[in-house]
Amino acid sequence: MIGTLLGISRTNLRRDRVALAMVFVLPIMFFSIFAAVFGRPSSGGMSRVRLLVANEDGSDMSRYLIEALKADPGLGVSDSAKAAGVDAHAAPAPLTRERATALVRAGDAPIALVLPKGWGATFPNLTGNGLRAELLADPSDPVARHVVAGLLQRAAATVMRGGPAAGTSTAPSAGAAPSTPSPGAKPGAGAPDLADASVAGDPVPTHVTEVLGRSRRGGQMISFYAAGIAVMFLLFSCAAGGGALLDEQDSGTLERVLNTRVGMNGLLAGKWLHLTFMGVLQITVMFTWGMLAFGLDLTRHLPGFFVMTAATAAAAAGFGLVLATLSRSRQQLMGFANLIILSMSALGGSMFPRFLMSPTLQKIGLITFNAWALDGFVKVFWRDAPIVALAPQVGVLVALTLVFLAVARMLARRWEAA
Amino acid sequence: MALMSEVPRRQAPTGTAVLEVRGAEKAFGATRALLGASLELRDGECLALLGPNGAGKTTLLRALTGRVRLDRGAVRMFGRELPAEERRAALGIVPQEIAVYPLLSARENLDAFGRLHGVAPDRLRARIDWALAWTGLAERAREPVEKFSGGMKRRLNIACGVLHEPRVVLLDEPTVGVDPQSRERIYEMLDALREGGASLLLTTHHLEEAERRCDRIVILDHGHEVAEGTLAELIERTVGGGRDVVVHLDRDAARPLDGFERGADARTWRARVRDVAGELPGLLGRVAASQARVEDLEIRRQGLHEVFLHLTGRELRE
Repeated sequence: MIGTLLGISRTNLRRDRVALAMVFVLPIMFFSIFAAVFGRPSSGGMSRVRLLVANEDGSDMSRYLIEALKADPGLGVSDSAKAAGVDAHAAPAPLTRERATALVRAGDAPIALVLPKGWGATFPNLTGNGLRAELLADPSDPVARHVVAGLLQRAAATVMRGGPAAGTSTAPSAGAAPSTPSPGAKPGAGAPDLADASVAGDPVPTHVTEVLGRSRRGGQMISFYAAGIAVMFLLFSCAAGGGALLDEQDSGTLERVLNTRVGMNGLLAGKWLHLTFMGVLQITVMFTWGMLAFGLDLTRHLPGFFVMTAATAAAAAGFGLVLATLSRSRQQLMGFANLIILSMSALGGSMFPRFLMSPTLQKIGLITFNAWALDGFVKVFWRDAPIVALAPQVGVLVALTLVFLAVARMLARRWEAA
Repeated sequence: MALMSEVPRRQAPTGTAVLEVRGAEKAFGATRALLGASLELRDGECLALLGPNGAGKTTLLRALTGRVRLDRGAVRMFGRELPAEERRAALGIVPQEIAVYPLLSARENLDAFGRLHGVAPDRLRARIDWALAWTGLAERAREPVEKFSGGMKRRLNIACGVLHEPRVVLLDEPTVGVDPQSRERIYEMLDALREGGASLLLTTHHLEEAERRCDRIVILDHGHEVAEGTLAELIERTVGGGRDVVVHLDRDAARPLDGFERGADARTWRARVRDVAGELPGLLGRVAASQARVEDLEIRRQGLHEVFLHLTGRELRE
């Protein structure tokens, strides 16, 4: 008797490919994604930290330090960049403090080093009384400042020992060995304080300035998680909402509606508009709650918020229709939805910030819907970016919307005249 | 009846074809669903489309609504070949499923389908009020449909398909799964529609309803029509007129009874007569001559059931 029941269950499972995928493929996929995200930080997983350097000092000493920084494998150093708004073919100019600040604010690099005028004259000074170098940090990357603070001391020690500018008469030849954390140093292991990142005896005393304002940091993290969770659940909501098409197919109302003056185009347009509206409402409620309960700074970012919310909801609605038209039943739909949405959310940054992932995973993440939506929200809430700066994210989301709608329309042909 | 008086007749039926399909052929892969099916619905009539499961009824109905593209054959409406979209707009279509939104009220469902069917906004309210009165749902108009009985849902299902006052209404099993009282109510509604000038084409598994309620009958089998006509015409063409006389004897007949066919056993015998009063005494005399005594006697009229079995060779729900 039990054998018969087991046989029925086994046959049902074998013939339900989505259920099979849920049982075996989904766990392996998730294990692989999370292992890639969290499991291998030292084997090439930790990225080289991109460091901008504004050399206001212009002394030999500052140039030696920059050369030493450039030689460090843990850093990707740029001391020049094209000015904003100039021709793409124009030659890069040496970075200024203002330009470096703007680039960090825009998210082009997580941190910038400013060597102020006169810095070279006080280097090296192991008493801690030398002129402080300034680190302009992006609060969205809490790791970079600690890594750079440590590597800066290592580079200074290299200069003090005579390399990489060895042989030059002005290069110092001796100095105290600084603390030199590895590129993979954990936050807190190097610099203990955000404002004063240096420790007594560091050859390069530093001061950290958060370019987006330190006081808003908590609110920014809340906005990040609000966006991350909102986008993931928006996708689930749209998938479930799109599933109404399958319910209508089963109940016969879909056939009935198609027998009226409303064609398939009208039907899909109506569903898409409804899901988009619901998505806008869902994200708005989430952020409003974030504002009321956690002090999220929503009112100051309303225009950017609504642009990103509308673009995100429109694309998510299209995605929901694709899943619904692809699936033959509600069960199949939820199988697809779990598989795709959880994978996209893990890779796209809804569960774990993408900027803390390896460069490879960050690039892979860009194939996901979530990554573009979250990047847009980060620009709005963290970087105070103007609406025009959202063009890449909004452009991709609008393009995705059009692709999703076209695919859904094509798949919906199965409901049209046979 | 008040219900019918609310539906003014638009014009006297002319008997001309309002919807016809000729030589319909349709294959789904290797399965040939329609093999030259034809039918004609005339102005003001109620036409029953019967056939065993798999005969092609649903495919033919969907071809009429334009939801199935025929491989061959033509559909004409009001004497013209109309594009599928125009045909759909002019038809009233009542599906077999209860295709209404369960969380919406009756009024909300009617409002939604009225709009989708293109009922003018200034006319919609009057049409909804008419439909609620027509279906007997006016008092429960604001309740969610999911709380309705099966019969009430069926009535609403029909109403949602005719709000736009179509001249031709296709009904797929309009009474399936409802009790006899509800069926009667539904047929009263359909009678009222006909009074209003609509022509009805319906499929049903209730043969007695087709006999009583429909003017003509089309029987479909293996993808084409095997018979078409009034019930009397079908009977005459297939099983013939007259009555079956069945006698049950008190004992087995010693030898075959002259003029009878043996029934299920040697006590049951059957004879076909055209004139019951004239031929019955002679038959009973032959039974008496066989020394057997008649325990019971039935006189059966030939009906659609016999016609159907004669034509299709199988039961309807096979």
